[in-house]
Amino acid sequence: MLSTLLIALSITLMYSAPLTLAAIGGVISERSGVVNIGIEGMMSIGALAGATVGYFTHSAWLGFLCAGLAGGLLALLHAVASITFRADQTVSGIAINLIGPGLSMFLARYFFNGATTTLPVPNKLPKVIDQQNLKVTMFRGLNIDITVLIAFLVVFVTWFVFYQTKWGLRIRAMGEHPAAVDTLGVSVYKSRYACVIISGILAGLGGGTVTLAIISQFTPTAISGQGFIALAAVIFGKWRPFGTYFACLLFGFSQALVIILGDGNVVIPSTLLAMIPYILTIIVLIIFVGRSSAPKASGVPYEKGIR
Amino acid sequence: MTKSIANFLKKPFICTCIAVFFGCLVACLILLITGYSPAMSLAVMFNAIFSRPKFIVNIILKSTPIILTGISVAFAFKSGLFNIGSEGQYIFSTVISTIVGIVFDFHPIIQIPLVVFSGVFAGALLGGIVGFLKAKFGIHEVITSIMFNWIALYFCNFIANSQMFHKPESDGTYSINPSGFTLLMYDWKFSDDGVRFFKQNPFWGDIILKTDFNVNFLVAVFASILMWVFVYRTRKGYELRVTGLNPIAAENAGINVNKNIIYTMIIAGALSGLAGSLSITGTSSHNVHVLSTFENNGFNGLSVALIAGSSPIGCIFAGLMFSAFIYAGQTLQFKTGAPSEIVNIMIGVIVFFVALVKIIPIIVNRFLEKRGNA
Repeated sequence: MLSTLLIALSITLMYSAPLTLAAIGGVISERSGVVNIGIEGMMSIGALAGATVGYFTHSAWLGFLCAGLAGGLLALLHAVASITFRADQTVSGIAINLIGPGLSMFLARYFFNGATTTLPVPNKLPKVIDQQNLKVTMFRGLNIDITVLIAFLVVFVTWFVFYQTKWGLRIRAMGEHPAAVDTLGVSVYKSRYACVIISGILAGLGGGTVTLAIISQFTPTAISGQGFIALAAVIFGKWRPFGTYFACLLFGFSQALVIILGDGNVVIPSTLLAMIPYILTIIVLIIFVGRSSAPKASGVPYEKGIR
Repeated sequence: MTKSIANFLKKPFICTCIAVFFGCLVACLILLITGYSPAMSLAVMFNAIFSRPKFIVNIILKSTPIILTGISVAFAFKSGLFNIGSEGQYIFSTVISTIVGIVFDFHPIIQIPLVVFSGVFAGALLGGIVGFLKAKFGIHEVITSIMFNWIALYFCNFIANSQMFHKPESDGTYSINPSGFTLLMYDWKFSDDGVRFFKQNPFWGDIILKTDFNVNFLVAVFASILMWVFVYRTRKGYELRVTGLNPIAAENAGINVNKNIIYTMIIAGALSGLAGSLSITGTSSHNVHVLSTFENNGFNGLSVALIAGSSPIGCIFAGLMFSAFIYAGQTLQFKTGAPSEIVNIMIGVIVFFVALVKIIPIIVNRFLEKRGNA
């Protein structure tokens, strides 16, 4: 019983880590006033960069770093379009979602002789608690990646910056009324650029988490929809760091439920079990969450001096 | 002179052409950097699209579902809703059409409408639920749509694996009964008469015999014209557009916004559903199979709608272009070894520039204003 619970806990945390990183990125970008629907694309390119660099350099950490950089670069594209050129942020985000997976598969074929699946990385990211090395047999089943801690740290730091610092207040204000922030002498453009790029870096790290901590290679289905789930988690969590974290945990937990129920002798077909996370999310939304409203200026390009 | 150039640049069609040009340019650059010849690749792609009547017909046939999902997304955009759930509505519709098509076997006059409308209904149902949840509980349509995409995917896998519908030694269900096919001249083309005719006329053989020659494209064109009339020439369509542009003004003008959200999502869902059921009745293998990931019929509709600037008529051309690129990409990989994903990058870049060139009219206007003031 205890071991089942521990396995459930491990799976929950494992699945929620990449979602959390990507979703917090989404929170940061949207709170600053830029809708980031391109998380999926940024995660894919991060996943590929992580796996490729990890494979060639034998260093998982270097791969993880490059995953973040790759996501950040793609986000820079989104920032240029939506901030400098004041383009429609949804359109630009969808473009990122087309370019990201397309480019990552193109590059996978380029680096790995025509295969869309990369070779496994020699070293994965380390674990904080590894079930094989556990001395206390009672806790067998507990398995926690370092990315789980990183994800939590990111949530905490984002919360701290948002609600306890001057900069956080400014970023939040920028999402509601950018002109007010501008009159304080803070550059809306520069700050939004920073937020979008940070958001891309986090999404890229989320992708890297998948290919460097969970599975050990890039496959065409490594990132299939996690970016969109992260997007849903942002709205679910009402654009707040801990709310979003909770949404990701809920999602991870229902994945754990699927795996544990599927493992036993339950007669329900696995395809029906696989629906649990999505149905559960809708039910929770209806019962507990309800109406959610985005930051007021989110999605509206800012133009200096306009009335 | 400058004014006429400026006005020329402001036309949406010209903006789209500029975006397509940049898309091709970036794709060529990437090919060049990775060591493939851009000129050769473009030639191969051009040939893949235009060199045989069969290719053109196949591109038209393949464009049908994405034109319809494109119209679905474009229509929802007009009323301020983001129908990212087109994918799920499409999948759910294919599954329901398949079930109905297998279970019943009436005369085609009853069977075809039955199969098609069951799919349309399935799509409308999913869309309607999303609209209802938004209107009643204020749950963002993007979340519920994304969740329903996955639910539809697993539902499809459930049916494809179920004892009742699973075809042994395959990864899918049985095909629907031939009475539900919307193929044209299906019986005739394999009859003695037909075979003799095509032997004498290889051109028509290429078009009709070697493809899933069907009526679907005409239905898609008809649907897009109908939607254009609905959006721009009816009272309800006007109400929906007002709701999209300014919900508060709409509310004050006595338009029931919540009701319109549900209507819009039902219609958008029905259009995606039509795309799904026509795919089942019109193209082989007339069944659903296990999906390991999304096949992007709905997500491509998003890109089509964006390239078309949310115009229902524009979706026809954007869909054809999209379909041609995908078709050409596959040939490119086969012939030169350049990864077919270059096409996805190209389409992505086109959509990206569609977003960017939208500011051309703004810049042009400002330029004209400055000259006017001086």
